[in-house]
Amino acid sequence: MRKSLVLGLSMLVTLLWASLALAAEPAGAAGASAGLGTFFSYAVMAAGLGIGIAAFGTGIGQGMAVKSSVEGIARNPEASGKITVTMLIGLAMIESLCIYALVVALIILYAYPMAKPIATALGFKM
Amino acid sequence: MEHPILFLDLLFGKFGLHIPPHLTYAVLVSLILLGLGWLAGRQVTLVPKGAQNVFELIVGGLEEFMVDVTGEEGRAFFPFIATFFLFIMFCNLIGLIPGFLSPTSNINITLSLALCTFVYTHYLGIKYHGAKYVKHFLGPIPALAPLFFIIEIIGHFARVLSLTLRLFGNIMGEDLVLAILLFLAGMFLAPLPMMFLAVFTSVVQAFVFTLLSMMYFAGSMEHAH
Repeated sequence: MRKSLVLGLSMLVTLLWASLALAAEPAGAAGASAGLGTFFSYAVMAAGLGIGIAAFGTGIGQGMAVKSSVEGIARNPEASGKITVTMLIGLAMIESLCIYALVVALIILYAYPMAKPIATALGFKM
Repeated sequence: MEHPILFLDLLFGKFGLHIPPHLTYAVLVSLILLGLGWLAGRQVTLVPKGAQNVFELIVGGLEEFMVDVTGEEGRAFFPFIATFFLFIMFCNLIGLIPGFLSPTSNINITLSLALCTFVYTHYLGIKYHGAKYVKHFLGPIPALAPLFFIIEIIGHFARVLSLTLRLFGNIMGEDLVLAILLFLAGMFLAPLPMMFLAVFTSVVQAFVFTLLSMMYFAGSMEHAH
């Protein structure tokens, strides 16, 4: 068990480093003129990774909530109405955390305040 | 993404007015609710039938649930809670009809609803406790009162933010997903499964907003820890 855990973790870290290196190279070549040139590619990557990690955490959290409520119903089928209502409320609360991450990702993609100054600094026609 | 085609936009466009669509649809939902209320209250009989029956089911169920959560003193603000629930539910659901827009997919509408809850919470606290309402903010240990005060103030503002963003994010996200699915595979009726999910989440989000408002009211009315 310990060996497979160490192996899995080292593979994960290698993949993350590799993806970072691969992503930085073409962006670095394209935006070599200004340090701000990598801004837009990093913004897109941040939005995608951000919502991905948020969905990962939400999946685990909601899974645990449903697990406990299903166990509760299995022990006491008469209380299934109350348990279901409580479970739905809990799921909506947990989901709202993922929604906050989604709103941040959408702000990064569509409404980043510094996007215009950065783009004009890079020389794009605005 | 192109501007969506909305019926009220076209209607008001003919008269030359350019009112933002989330406002016109909010007024439309209010008029629909008033119309339904009038229909239900026309001939009130002891044994209900028709529209009165449906409304007694909804309103009665909501009142029982609310008294469960807040206790008997909660009956005074039941109209506020029921209006919130019905308004938010109809606002969320109306966006699923092609040609209509959910007012709650705009952050201004959800922020106004959350501010109503915020103001009413503090109004209730001051009404029931007077100046001793400040004790709610001071925490259990008197020595740490300044620290707790700051934390409680931040918590109260975080409530407004979380209510706003939860409702806005859910409904705008659902509208966005439906629009994107339509753009990607509209011919194969791809948005249809998402629409079933959207009906469910619309009702759940209205219920969660109302439930949180109820709990905040109950929290501000009870005596401090």
